[in-house]
Amino acid sequence: MMRHTLAVLVENNPGVLARVAGLFSRRGFNIDSLAVGRTENPAVSRMTIVVEGDARVLEQVTKQLHKLVDVIKISDVTAEEYVDRELVLIKVSVDPAHRGEVMQIADIFRARIVDLGRRTLTLECTGNDGKINAFEESLRPYGIKELVRTGKIAMLRGARFTGLQDNGTKEEVQ
Amino acid sequence: MEITAAEALVKCLEKEQVEVVFGYPGGAILPVYDALYHSSIRHVLVRHEQGAAHAADGYARATGRVGVCLATSGPGATNLITGIANAYMDSVPLVLITGQVPTSQVGTDAFQEVDITGITMPITKHNYLVKDASQLPRIVKNAFHIASTGRPGPVLIDLPKDVAQTVIKFQYPETVQLRGYKPTYRGHRNQIAEAARLIARAERPVIYAGGGILNSNASEELLALAETINAPVTNTFMGLSSFPGDHPLFLGMLGLHGTRAANLAVTNCDLLIALGARFDDRVTGNIAQFAPQAGVIHVDIDPAEIGKNVPVHVPIVGDVKLVLQDLLARLEKRIDNRWLEQVEAWKRQYPLSCGPDNGKLKPQYVVQKLHEITGGEAMVATDVGQHQMWVAQYYRFKRPGSLISSGGLGAMGFGLPAAMGAQIGQPDRLVVLVVGDGGFQMTMQELATIVEQELPIKIIILNNFVLGMVRQLQQVYCEGRYMAVEFKFHPDFETLARAYGIRSYTLRTKEEVDKYLPEALSAPGTVLVNCLVSAEENVNPMVPAGKSISEAIDC
Ligand SMILES: Cc1ncc(C[n+]2csc(CCOP(=O)(O)OP(=O)(O)O)c2C)c(N)n1
Repeated sequence: MMRHTLAVLVENNPGVLARVAGLFSRRGFNIDSLAVGRTENPAVSRMTIVVEGDARVLEQVTKQLHKLVDVIKISDVTAEEYVDRELVLIKVSVDPAHRGEVMQIADIFRARIVDLGRRTLTLECTGNDGKINAFEESLRPYGIKELVRTGKIAMLRGARFTGLQDNGTKEEVQ
Repeated sequence: MEITAAEALVKCLEKEQVEVVFGYPGGAILPVYDALYHSSIRHVLVRHEQGAAHAADGYARATGRVGVCLATSGPGATNLITGIANAYMDSVPLVLITGQVPTSQVGTDAFQEVDITGITMPITKHNYLVKDASQLPRIVKNAFHIASTGRPGPVLIDLPKDVAQTVIKFQYPETVQLRGYKPTYRGHRNQIAEAARLIARAERPVIYAGGGILNSNASEELLALAETINAPVTNTFMGLSSFPGDHPLFLGMLGLHGTRAANLAVTNCDLLIALGARFDDRVTGNIAQFAPQAGVIHVDIDPAEIGKNVPVHVPIVGDVKLVLQDLLARLEKRIDNRWLEQVEAWKRQYPLSCGPDNGKLKPQYVVQKLHEITGGEAMVATDVGQHQMWVAQYYRFKRPGSLISSGGLGAMGFGLPAAMGAQIGQPDRLVVLVVGDGGFQMTMQELATIVEQELPIKIIILNNFVLGMVRQLQQVYCEGRYMAVEFKFHPDFETLARAYGIRSYTLRTKEEVDKYLPEALSAPGTVLVNCLVSAEENVNPMVPAGKSISEAIDC
């Protein structure tokens, strides 16, 4: 089983998220994460979908997504050179005695402290999967009270892009 | 031109050259009906919205045009659902327009509000909730385009009442702009060349042709392919009538209730040429043992069907007619009689059989007789059940697009309203409905519509007082524990016919069928033929669940 990262450009129409989500659940595809937001073009949204499955599943996912009229373009960036980022907010319970340690961990991961309570610290960290997972693991011993991840977003490196081509056709980055 | 969106909708339908809509009015769709008042479009008032959807479906199948339906919000819309799902499964182009509660009430559980775009997401090719009245003409244009191109399917437009009443500047768009929707029509050259190479090398090719042949009008090309390479042809249920039923290369239907010859040919072939078919489970049986020795060429307009159920050696995405034209240009006449002789031997060895005479009228006989009388030229609609399979087996179709039946969904109740739509689309053809006594009673209220519209449909009920297909399943899989399949009461169908002013016949024996069926089929107007047939018949052969299609049994 391999994880694939798909960049999916969709019409920014109401219901498009439901169409995509419905498709995944109906056909039994597993979504690891899904992040959606608008792009440089306000009429177009971009979904970054991390999906698990073998080559056959991935082929079906891609083809079925293509059948949605609101889906404009799908790029599987997994095998490409790309940057990916995810943001996490973590609230840890720390008594004043351990605050220094936690702040040191935050420093190592270049995380930021975004809120401070009497017994809690809220940290923000961005990075790829691996970094976020490591950050979470390092904080776990102190007691994570709340954690939220945005899901991954991704972009190709260099001059190549997965945005809309001029001809606006549906195509996959090979 | 400044008109209301409802009036614009009707104008759009006129621009799309819609000649008939099937519908049922109500509060939320009132503005649209008001706009129809001044239009020349024919409106067929059904007796239940399910009938409207199935009728539009039958009309679309019989004509190749888009079927159009109107219904009101809430219950009107939900009554369409079986019809929409049916059209989706069988790739039938429909545009369904539903009224919706006013925009300000959407999402409030208002009277007769239902989220029909949400409900129909998985059973439509696309759907729209119209929020901006000025967008309506574009939406209608897109809807017709999406429904009728690529792999056809149903498209629903949900129109809130206040939006319908909004005045807009009307202009019908000339073109569609859908950057997310661009079907591929031309097959890839290299793939077609590769297919030609495989065909030239094959020793035991079989053509497996589905409903895509009918959707793309490719019957001529299919015939040319078969005759050029001398390959036997089997049809899926949806593909029936795309190849002449009396052609020497025809094997009949394959799969669950397919002929043994077809199933053996597929199991033993070294090249399977799949054309507009989707390797459905009713076709493949145990998929691991389906065409185990074969290389597979798969042509389909829907890329998602290719490689979905079986691995494919030469995938070709495109319109099957165009692909076959390109392929034919690369093929040479192929004559290898050994394979055909083998296939012929199977055909001779395993003809269809309906068992020994039990002194009762056999339903299979009625279908055979129907075929004989009409010479395979009739348009035959069916419902779902044993009778449907007997039509598939015993009616040898001569003309493409002549079988109107619910394949993928297998929806009982489809037959009568679909026959109605088919007859409206083909007023000059003989339309015969073959229906079970169960399915007939699911939508028989449409008899009123049929009489009202003066449709000369010939209805043949194969009346066995039982839900035959389920009875057969219970015999095979439940050791004969017959549960909830027998009817202890039927209305007297002759009296029923009289209530509708329909001529009727009740036939009990072969002799009566011989004597009266020709007369019934040529009588003017709607005719109901109630055939009291043997209840013990099974559809044979039958591939038991989980078995290879080469392991069919007779039960
Ligand atoms: C709407 C619907 N409900 C249930 C079924 C399951 N089903 C399939 S065939 C069948 C029996 C049909 O009986 P009848 O209409 O009398 O036709 P026969 O099989 O006897 O020819 C049933 C209940 C179905 N296909 N569709």
